[in-house]
Amino acid sequence: MIGSTLVNDAGTAAPVAEGNSAAAIAKPEPSQPSSAPAKIRVTNLSFFYDEVQALFNNTIEIPDRHITALIGPSGCGKSTFLRALNRMNDEIPGTRVQGEVLLDGVDIYGPTCDKVILRRRVGMVFQRPNPFPKSIYENVAYGPRVHGEGRKSRLDEIVEHSLRRAALWDEVKDGLHKSAFDISGGQQQRLCIARVLAVEPEVLLMDEPCSALDPASTFRIEELMRELQKDIAIVIVTHNMQQAARVSDTTGFFLKGELLEVGPTLRIFSKPDDKRTEDYIQGRFG
Amino acid sequence: MKRSIRRGERAESVIEAAIRVSGVASIVLVLLIFVFVLREGLPLFREYSFVKFLTERGWQPTLSPPTGPWFGLLPNLWGSFLVTAGAVVLAVPLAVGAAVCLAEVAPRGLRDLLKPSIELLATVPSVAIGFVGAAAINPLVKDLFNLDTGKSALAGSIMLAFMAIPTIVTISDDALSAVPKTFRDGSLALGATKWQGISRVVFPAAGPGIIAAIMLGIGRAIGETMVVIMVTGNAGVLPDKGLWHAFTHSVRTITGTIGAEALEVGYGDAHYRALFMLGVVLFLITFALNFVADLALNRRGRRALQ
Ligand SMILES: Nc1ncnc2c1ncn2[C@@H]1O[C@H](COP(=O)(O)OP(=O)(O)OP(=O)(O)O)[C@@H](O)[C@H]1O
Ligand SMILES: [Mg+2]
Repeated sequence: MIGSTLVNDAGTAAPVAEGNSAAAIAKPEPSQPSSAPAKIRVTNLSFFYDEVQALFNNTIEIPDRHITALIGPSGCGKSTFLRALNRMNDEIPGTRVQGEVLLDGVDIYGPTCDKVILRRRVGMVFQRPNPFPKSIYENVAYGPRVHGEGRKSRLDEIVEHSLRRAALWDEVKDGLHKSAFDISGGQQQRLCIARVLAVEPEVLLMDEPCSALDPASTFRIEELMRELQKDIAIVIVTHNMQQAARVSDTTGFFLKGELLEVGPTLRIFSKPDDKRTEDYIQGRFG
Repeated sequence: MKRSIRRGERAESVIEAAIRVSGVASIVLVLLIFVFVLREGLPLFREYSFVKFLTERGWQPTLSPPTGPWFGLLPNLWGSFLVTAGAVVLAVPLAVGAAVCLAEVAPRGLRDLLKPSIELLATVPSVAIGFVGAAAINPLVKDLFNLDTGKSALAGSIMLAFMAIPTIVTISDDALSAVPKTFRDGSLALGATKWQGISRVVFPAAGPGIIAAIMLGIGRAIGETMVVIMVTGNAGVLPDKGLWHAFTHSVRTITGTIGAEALEVGYGDAHYRALFMLGVVLFLITFALNFVADLALNRRGRRALQ
């Protein structure tokens, strides 16, 4: 077995080294992501649902303050890979991980890593907007609340700040106590982004965040991603080639559980090394 | 093509009509029963004052004039309330706790085994439960609290709790299981623990369903007759020595009174009519409970579970 195996309920909080701010000052151009500092370093990651292997020995670096897009045909393991980065797969019984995922150099599957703390640092936005059956305010305040923030004034600040960052504030500021189900799907998805931002993640995982949305909402979310990218690392799974080309700096192509090719988005979309990547991008299969 | 669409439409409208008819029929039926009970009961007030029915503290149907008879609603109402409230206090925490365990903690295999077993408990005939109560719980209560007899409101509460628990457990479990997984995932992905997710998201989302489950459980307890006749002693007055004393002594419930005396009364006499008036009150109570349960389920439930 390579690296560490899945460890459930690793006891205490990990004394994780914070950020690599020195390196971040010299932020490289988005077109040269290879020289960006790695926020997450994945080495030889394999994943099993019971005995069925879904990921095969994948290695990739997720640069900080960049957008990394993951593309590939349906069922090739993109979501599985994404969920391996914040250990959401741990919640599925019978699963097993091999390999190494380093967040700021610390193995998230290591014995000292607390997945509750990990998930605060690595947030996730799902394919379908999934606001809680609560008010807009309570949705955003949920994360800070469960992490012990009880002061009303502080929560008010966090809610406003997060909604502003998610470009939703102006649309909902007069109805913060309305049910989160009373806004449109696109607004709900931005609410879910605000909800994640409220816990100040360092990495944002987005699993087809726009697949249930109309073009206008999609556009807003892409704008939002470019804004967020100034502060955090974003990994987005998408079936929309144009979207990957529009927003990402780096693109990884998955096929049958294998990351066939990773590289600068421009290159992947213009002259990929692998014939299969080219075929997929040009719509010849998938 | 067009023809088959039309036929489909016709079939649909027939089905719709059938559903509407059966829905209306059940409402009409319930109303008819209510009207019947009311018609048999109301003439009581030709020979017995309505105010006395509401305020009289005793129930002595055979007491001869001029002192009696007494047809007091209050001791019956109090007894029903006491036994039911006790049952709720005992049953709700246990049942809701069990439902949470079943829905959130138990592995699938265990749940598939436990749930049908619990549902089976709901089918045990109440005579059998009453018999168990009389044979086991009454002596236990008697010995535990050093009483003359174990026939008590407490014993009634215990047995009714036992009867309400299966209903509350399975319906609450359904409500909890119906909460979409996406809520749980959303909560976990924000760095909340599993229990934070359950208590802050899943449980509130299932709240209306759980309230409905409790109401249905209570409904079953309030309407239960056999068990209370067998274990509560079916006699009693309004309390004057405190709540605990009332709990550990015999009470008279609405259902118990009707069940025990219905066969002894003469058709059309005051006692007969008084029993029907008790029936009217029982009807109103269960009606109100069902109404509240429905409200809880429909108003917020549909929205919460979308
Ligand atoms: N909970 C699960 N249990 C068992 N197998 C699973 C589970 N989830 C996914 N798989 C399998 O793992 C493989 C990868 O699935 P995954 O959802 O990661 O694909 P994907 O690339 O995200 O697909 P899509 O583009 O359709 O979302 C698939 O073969 C799928 O059948
Ligand atoms: Mg997927």
